[in-house]
Amino acid sequence: MQAAVVLFPGLNADAEMIRTLELVGAKVTTVWHTSAALPAGTDLVAIPGGFSYGDYLRCGAIAKVGPIMKAVAEHAERGGYVLGVCNGFQILTECGLLPGALTRNLHLRFECRDVFVKVTADGPFSPPSGEVLRLPIAHGEGRYQASAEVLARLAGEGQVALRYCDERGAVGEDANPNGSVDNIAGIYGGPKKNVLGLMPHPERMSEACLGGTNGRELFDAVVRARRAAS
Amino acid sequence: MATELDAGRGPSSAGDPTPNFPGDLPITPAVIKQHKLTAEEYGRIEGALGRAPTYTELGVFSVMWSEHCSYKSSRVHLKRLPTKGPRVIQGPGENAGVVDIGDGFAAVFKMESHNHPSFIEPYQGAATGVGGILRDVFTMGARPIAGLNSLRFGRPDHPRTPELLRGVVAGIGGYGNSIGVPTVGGEVQFDPSYDGNILVNAFTCGVARADRIFYGRAAGVGNPILYIGAKTGRDGIHGATMASDEFGEAKEGKGELATASSIKKGVRSTMQVGDPFMGKLLIEACLELFAAGVLEGIQDMGAAGLTSSSVEMAGRADNGLELDLDKIPRRARKMTPYEILLSESQERMLLVAKRGREDEVFAVCKKWDLDCAVVGRVTDTKRWVVTATPGYDPLDGAPPRGEKRVCADIPVASLTDAAPVYDRPRKAAPPRADVAVPDTTDPRADLLALLASPNVGSRAWIWRQYDHIVRGGTVVRPGSDAAVVRVPCERDGAVVMKHLAFAVDCNGRFVELSAEDGAKMAIAEVCRNLVCSGAEPIGVTDCLNFASPEDPGTMDQIARAIDGLGEACRALDVPIVSGNVSLYNETNDAAGRRPILPTPTVAAVGLVREPEDVVTQWFAREGDVVVLLGEGDEALGGSEYQAMKTGQLGGPAPRIDLAAEVRLQRLVLELARAHVLSSAHDAADGGLAVALAECCCTGPSLVGAEIELPATTGSAAGALFGEAPSRVVISTGAAHEADVLARAKAAGVPAKVVGRTTAAGPGATLSIRAGAHRLDVPAADLRGARERCLSGIVGT
Amino acid sequence: MSKATVLVRLKSEVLDPQGDAVKRALDKLGFDGVRGVRIGKLIEIDLGDAPVADPAALKERLAKMADEMLANPVIEDFEIVV
Repeated sequence: MQAAVVLFPGLNADAEMIRTLELVGAKVTTVWHTSAALPAGTDLVAIPGGFSYGDYLRCGAIAKVGPIMKAVAEHAERGGYVLGVCNGFQILTECGLLPGALTRNLHLRFECRDVFVKVTADGPFSPPSGEVLRLPIAHGEGRYQASAEVLARLAGEGQVALRYCDERGAVGEDANPNGSVDNIAGIYGGPKKNVLGLMPHPERMSEACLGGTNGRELFDAVVRARRAAS
Repeated sequence: MATELDAGRGPSSAGDPTPNFPGDLPITPAVIKQHKLTAEEYGRIEGALGRAPTYTELGVFSVMWSEHCSYKSSRVHLKRLPTKGPRVIQGPGENAGVVDIGDGFAAVFKMESHNHPSFIEPYQGAATGVGGILRDVFTMGARPIAGLNSLRFGRPDHPRTPELLRGVVAGIGGYGNSIGVPTVGGEVQFDPSYDGNILVNAFTCGVARADRIFYGRAAGVGNPILYIGAKTGRDGIHGATMASDEFGEAKEGKGELATASSIKKGVRSTMQVGDPFMGKLLIEACLELFAAGVLEGIQDMGAAGLTSSSVEMAGRADNGLELDLDKIPRRARKMTPYEILLSESQERMLLVAKRGREDEVFAVCKKWDLDCAVVGRVTDTKRWVVTATPGYDPLDGAPPRGEKRVCADIPVASLTDAAPVYDRPRKAAPPRADVAVPDTTDPRADLLALLASPNVGSRAWIWRQYDHIVRGGTVVRPGSDAAVVRVPCERDGAVVMKHLAFAVDCNGRFVELSAEDGAKMAIAEVCRNLVCSGAEPIGVTDCLNFASPEDPGTMDQIARAIDGLGEACRALDVPIVSGNVSLYNETNDAAGRRPILPTPTVAAVGLVREPEDVVTQWFAREGDVVVLLGEGDEALGGSEYQAMKTGQLGGPAPRIDLAAEVRLQRLVLELARAHVLSSAHDAADGGLAVALAECCCTGPSLVGAEIELPATTGSAAGALFGEAPSRVVISTGAAHEADVLARAKAAGVPAKVVGRTTAAGPGATLSIRAGAHRLDVPAADLRGARERCLSGIVGT
Repeated sequence: MSKATVLVRLKSEVLDPQGDAVKRALDKLGFDGVRGVRIGKLIEIDLGDAPVADPAALKERLAKMADEMLANPVIEDFEIVV
């Protein structure tokens, strides 16, 4: 699998994204935001976390106008895989590749800790539906919000990829770290559920020495999906 | 020497500087006093120049001779610290210390204070403190890989404590999270002595190729000086002199009861605002410049900004330097030479490029959207010469009119090595009286109360606001004795994984009771935290926070604390490679002089030989044998128990035996490297009972234990809650018990089996028998108490 | 219903990293002639339906709110619009 890690000034979670992609066997190239095109043969575009443009104005608001985003949008339209983690997710919602918005955490603090999420949809990045994953979060603005119609559509079309839950998989307000509507931690988009945005950092939970390998399962899944599609 | 500067108009004459630029004040005794210079120091300035200084020069001498930049009160004592060792590549005197970590790589680290600005504006003060220490580290060619912080606030119920705690933590997170350097640990304490003088000490460690360390040296006569980064405004002018100021009536208005707002209004210069985004661009740009080999020297513009960075670079290279202020990028209008030179605007670096390579610097800066200008050149005159065109403001859009003039012309040495040094009078203050402490009647309740104390309980509310896992290398997160970070070290495409451990420590109460012993205990504990995590201590950085050195009692504490630090470092064979001194942390108002507790904070870096050596503090599973290594007296002086029961601080304090400490630390490291430990935890704040509670309730799952403490002659409170140093609680599989005890015996370390771990899970219980007392507490209650500890200050 | 608006701005000499980043982004998008961008806060305060008896006293009260709470006097100025 060919992966392109798209970088904007201020993103800072590139090292772990690149490492995890390489661990699952992807060939990784980094692409600076001023490029107009993705490398030929790109299967997966990954936008890592961080603070693009300092998160000034709104998270992801300035990055969305970067020249590379047109190529990313075209890649997504063609059914190519796109993964946005944390700030990457925020950029994807700002540029309209995914619906909704990420707003300030309900408790107004930046929060970094492990949470549990439940796999609530099938898709190319998804481990088996119903599985509970332990993943870290690290964000100040991760509260997912969307209109009632969008939420209905996401639920109806099986596009809510991950919901915050407790250790046993119960989805409830107590397990919601940021006040996201319906405990939404990640959503699918694109013509074939080929675009995934999520607030937790699976790429920081992909080696036993970092506290677990649950995060790696998402990357393994997309590698399998790519192989199955070819 | 066809630099851009030479192509322009040169100074009008080689003669004396122009006495007055628009906006300059005439130099009067009052103005001299305002600049915190004594009459005698002013005389030395005239002597160094052979004439009266200009207003600009007066400002420059004032900041360069400030305590913050010159270490004038501490320098004679700092010389006694051990700064050398086989691993030391660079000791104190540079932007940061550099220590060899093997395979051609080096750890680059330093700790610095940002106390005063954080008291005035906690968010920006703390944020810019983090920004400053990050620049000190990456300026040496290192990519920052971890941060720590050490915080002190006033008493928990002081009206400003919640705002200060919230603001400082948010500021540290706001900068560190954005720039993408994990904040992996720290410490915080609350004490009334910090009511009017909080402490914010920030530490950064970076990793660099040992053959590619960059220094703050203006080397190579004729080389161009470049300015890159943010534009200059009137931010934080006189920050360096203010750092050597004490808070008093004038600044605080109504003393202790003044509101935040009235304190803030007393401050005149513009508050520095941190820009972590710009900081991130600067890091990446500088790392590219280092790799491109276009630089001779580099230094960040921190305290005293352009002045100290350029002066220190010239001083270290024994060269001179010319600066043309007309070229300085700026954002405020009508800035005078005085203001430009003393501005402490953030996110700025001063580079010395190799001649002819300027364009490569410009290209990198363009990629990263950074301002860049050639602002001077290196000379062989050993003088620091600054020129500007009077009245010129680049923001007007018109070229300079009129003649460029010299506004400062000063021998470099008079600002650096020949700056005043004081051996201030010392007089030992009378020791604090002993404070008798009632024995415990309900150890269970006392244990839970200690765990719920703001000084002892969980710091998760704080470190959850820090991204402690960014870059994906944090192997041991905050909440254990030390954090451990895996660092990929790359050279020519080949990657070596290094594991580094970090801890920071100081207990000001023990330093107050005995400056020498307290300082020894700080070093001993910070290194003990590392060995308990499986790492060998390889270097220490310090941040010496004290009250006014002009008080002979405080001066005596400073000198003795330095002796203690030195002695402990020599005993443990670990060098101090960098540091910072923050003095005048005291408040003087109608209520009298209120100094902070002497707080020589120390942070240590440890090297893990192999990842399997890493140990964490919490019990791992049921059925392990619990062993207490080391022994200490049961004195309660300086303990949290004493503070809780009496509200006072007094002796008798426990003593430290450095020889025993060395044996203990060698043993713990040996056991970690033999892979026979399930856990290791240093007994510190709250004593043995608190340490055992933490072993049960801080890990991924709760684990119970059945403990019987050795019989004692003293009080049960002393046995349970006394804070004697040099003790470590370890747990080990039953199969390793004999091996562990044999190794302890061989090492000459007292080792006692004190119990076993019991059932894990939600029902886990800690049972302790100490003499006639027995307490049984569910581990879930222990955890609950710890997690409540800050709720009285910041809510839940 | 009466409503007061408090505008909180960074003091003119205080660095505004956010405004600077937005300005650079506008430049790149090709919006010419943007000399600077400063970003502040707009705070609306609902004062209920009762008629305002003493506008001067109200303004003073709002100024006190701004001074003690809404603005950070170290780095910000405020303006009150009733």
